[in-house]
Amino acid sequence: MNGGQDLGGMQGFGPVVEEADEPQFHAHWEARAMAMVVALGAAGKWNIDQSRHARESLPPADYLRFPYYRIWVEGVCKLMLERGMVMPAELENGTMLEEPLEIARILRAEDVEAVLIAGGPADRPSTSQPKLAVGDVTTTINAHPSGHTRLPRYARGRSGTVSAILGHHVFPDKAAKGEADVAHWLYQVRFSARELWGAQADPRDGVTLDLWEPYLVAA
Amino acid sequence: MSDHNHSHLSPMDARMRALESLLTEKGYIDPAALDEIIETYQHRIGPQNGAAVVAKAWTEPDFADWLRNDATAAIHSLGFTGRQGEHMIAVFNDDSTHHLVVCTLCSCYPWTVLGLPPTWYKSPPYRSKAVIDPRGVLDDFGTKLPKGCAVEVHDSTAETRYLVVPQRPAGTEDWSAAQLERLVTRNSMIGTEFAKNPDAVQADG
Repeated sequence: MNGGQDLGGMQGFGPVVEEADEPQFHAHWEARAMAMVVALGAAGKWNIDQSRHARESLPPADYLRFPYYRIWVEGVCKLMLERGMVMPAELENGTMLEEPLEIARILRAEDVEAVLIAGGPADRPSTSQPKLAVGDVTTTINAHPSGHTRLPRYARGRSGTVSAILGHHVFPDKAAKGEADVAHWLYQVRFSARELWGAQADPRDGVTLDLWEPYLVAA
Repeated sequence: MSDHNHSHLSPMDARMRALESLLTEKGYIDPAALDEIIETYQHRIGPQNGAAVVAKAWTEPDFADWLRNDATAAIHSLGFTGRQGEHMIAVFNDDSTHHLVVCTLCSCYPWTVLGLPPTWYKSPPYRSKAVIDPRGVLDDFGTKLPKGCAVEVHDSTAETRYLVVPQRPAGTEDWSAAQLERLVTRNSMIGTEFAKNPDAVQADG
């Protein structure tokens, strides 16, 4: 979706400023928010693409002004509300009013290390062959879905060259709708900076994006 | 929502406290697991992992080749596996090409080798500017590229995560991998800076 998250190429935010000796977390709640979101993944009620879509569907003005972990908190509350895991009144006062839903599992402290080390690979077996080869010139589709997509606005309808075949990966546009078994071939595609930004860009420079086959049309 | 009972807490601290209490009561989370996750990313997983990968690549050509051709296997061989590091790509800086990593759409970052991202990496100024004006971003960090050097930006749009292997600083030819690790900063592995110069640290320190 063309939401507040799709930031590539926007202007006017000013210089990138690094905070000196930045702490890992700026407040207690940030640490708890990060860990809560990670832990709730074990409940099995959503996948990473649904989680990203919940965050990016915040009103753009909120997305741009909230601290990053606040975006995570808003996203996870939205996911839990949508699934009936919590009620608005429960979020208001912090106490249980309705019975909990069944979840896949609750993450226990003794299982944290194993779960974090295992991760969640996104590659899936394939019976098809990739349609494109390294060196092929390809063009991205021009599409503006209201749902989740990982093809940013700045790279739509642009021509680039396949620089690597990365595997057969879960397709976020479908996974965000709950169809987590749909996978497509994933490519690294290199675009010249001039193709993306015009004559102002340095002719030597380029940008790569990792793009699934449905985002591409052979040129 | 009233904060009258939590006047000593910020609104977000109060909200998170209520949320954690609710989700614990409902059996969705275990606060001890949250403690363990925080401990992991504060003390066990961080840029020291990536620095070990880079220093090994600087000192062992076979490992550098492996890292270039199959970064996932090479990095996993050192025990750096797991969440947000499942599929890795390593890109190598040299005099003619400088690499810079961003996630314009959210905050994708190689947690297994760099830990959690700094705030600037997740914030609109960096995410917006890195792709349209990467040379301006390098200026913001005070990084001056060699003349004629190209900039390749990698926008992490999928579950592949990028690690930049900075150039090995001159004057470190007789340094061990363990000594070299101290020159490899988080920012040098994102691509906003170079590795530290050897005079910034003592080789035998």
